[in-house]
Amino acid sequence: MRWLSLIAILLLSACAQAPLRGTGDLGVVIERASGRVAIVDTTAQSILARVEGLGDLSHASVVFSRDGRYAYVFGRDGGLSKVDLLLARIENRVMQAGNSIGGSISQDGKLVVAQNYQPGGIKVFDAATLELLSEVPTQSKVVGLADLPGQRFAYALFDKGEIWVSDLSNPREPKTQKFPAGTQPYDGLVTPDGRHYLAGLFGEDGIALLDTWRPELGAKKILEHYGKGQEKLPVFKMPHLRGWSVAGGKAYLPAIGRHEVLLVDTATWKEAGRIQVKGQPVFVMARPDGRQVWVNFAFPDNGWVQVIDTLKGEVVQTLQPGKAILHMEFTPRGEHVWLSARDDNLVSIYDTQSFSRLATLPVTSPSGIFFTSRAARTGF
Amino acid sequence: MLAGTVNAAEPDAARQSELVRMVRQDCGSCHGMTLQGGLGLPLTPEALRDKPADGLVATVVFGRPGTAMPPWRTILSEPEVEWIVSRLMQGFPEEMQ
Repeated sequence: MRWLSLIAILLLSACAQAPLRGTGDLGVVIERASGRVAIVDTTAQSILARVEGLGDLSHASVVFSRDGRYAYVFGRDGGLSKVDLLLARIENRVMQAGNSIGGSISQDGKLVVAQNYQPGGIKVFDAATLELLSEVPTQSKVVGLADLPGQRFAYALFDKGEIWVSDLSNPREPKTQKFPAGTQPYDGLVTPDGRHYLAGLFGEDGIALLDTWRPELGAKKILEHYGKGQEKLPVFKMPHLRGWSVAGGKAYLPAIGRHEVLLVDTATWKEAGRIQVKGQPVFVMARPDGRQVWVNFAFPDNGWVQVIDTLKGEVVQTLQPGKAILHMEFTPRGEHVWLSARDDNLVSIYDTQSFSRLATLPVTSPSGIFFTSRAARTGF
Repeated sequence: MLAGTVNAAEPDAARQSELVRMVRQDCGSCHGMTLQGGLGLPLTPEALRDKPADGLVATVVFGRPGTAMPPWRTILSEPEVEWIVSRLMQGFPEEMQ
């Protein structure tokens, strides 16, 4: 009896401490130097909690369970951690590789897949238990892993110059198709409808495109002549293609080694223009409504952010949100954008209509910012 | 005398701490913040042990054509690169927090 009443008191006090809430306005910010994430609330614009013990988070990335409760954090050291956003604690953690670059979650939310540099390949985990189900060795660094409809995953092989698509309908027996793509693919992305997979090429001009509805046609090269005859600038940081930007039938892509954003017509996959920007783009990200595209830049121009108005096709705003802007994330419907300023140890929140700064949050060496609205998006 | 010349060219303390941050954070985006490697090769003392220092300096200054390693000569002076290479070979310092 005494135990029962003690349990009742504990339960009541637990409830009193943590009232019921949803996770639709939550997210995490990576504190890359501290092996820690901050759990944030985009409605209150505040930090709710911190979760430590996540290992080496340089170049960490995050995907969310489809109920929006758990964040799967992929660390550079090969750690895969399942973080409970509501209880602010690590639910489960495995060391799955020597050197990892990120991961992805399946259409049905049941499989988490990690992409690894060392040893190269992908590994498939049960999203509930983090049990290893299977792996696909590649003998190459894997970049640009993206989930496709039908329990498939597309990824690119930096050292082999190929795009692979693995079907995990039977997660213990992956079936993989391989497509020649081009020299040194450095990242990849899938269009919001899950149909087209693109791999940016570092070793040559152009982008490899695979229509995953018609894989029998193979990967073809697009934009292969955009830089002909010009010498590239030194690339101090590889661009990222994650922040896929499609707006008004055009895709906005970072030009590698150039101070340009490239526009591609998504009906014909032909070049539809170029926009001069302040530096070499790293992330080129569309606001969810597609009216604006926000661009950040590689070192040494990483203190700047520019905003392209997609209707006008020009830069309409140039901001200096802080030192070393590493990442940006829009609130689910895009009224605000959160930016991480690594060397200021701050996350800044801007209004995307007025471009005014609404708040700053103290975060140590912030890098990636990830909101739970990604849970419902293909390719995130 | 020679040692004195090298010391004179060494970056001052403030610049050294900037360089440490740059190597950890910016070189770290390819080589890993702990320098264990990533898209780029590992830069630990064990990984560099058999490589001649002047070759490593040339790699940083001029880059490696055909790979993702860019030339840093517009950002770093040669004495700065020499200082970075010597520290990498000894075991690179952590950032001051």
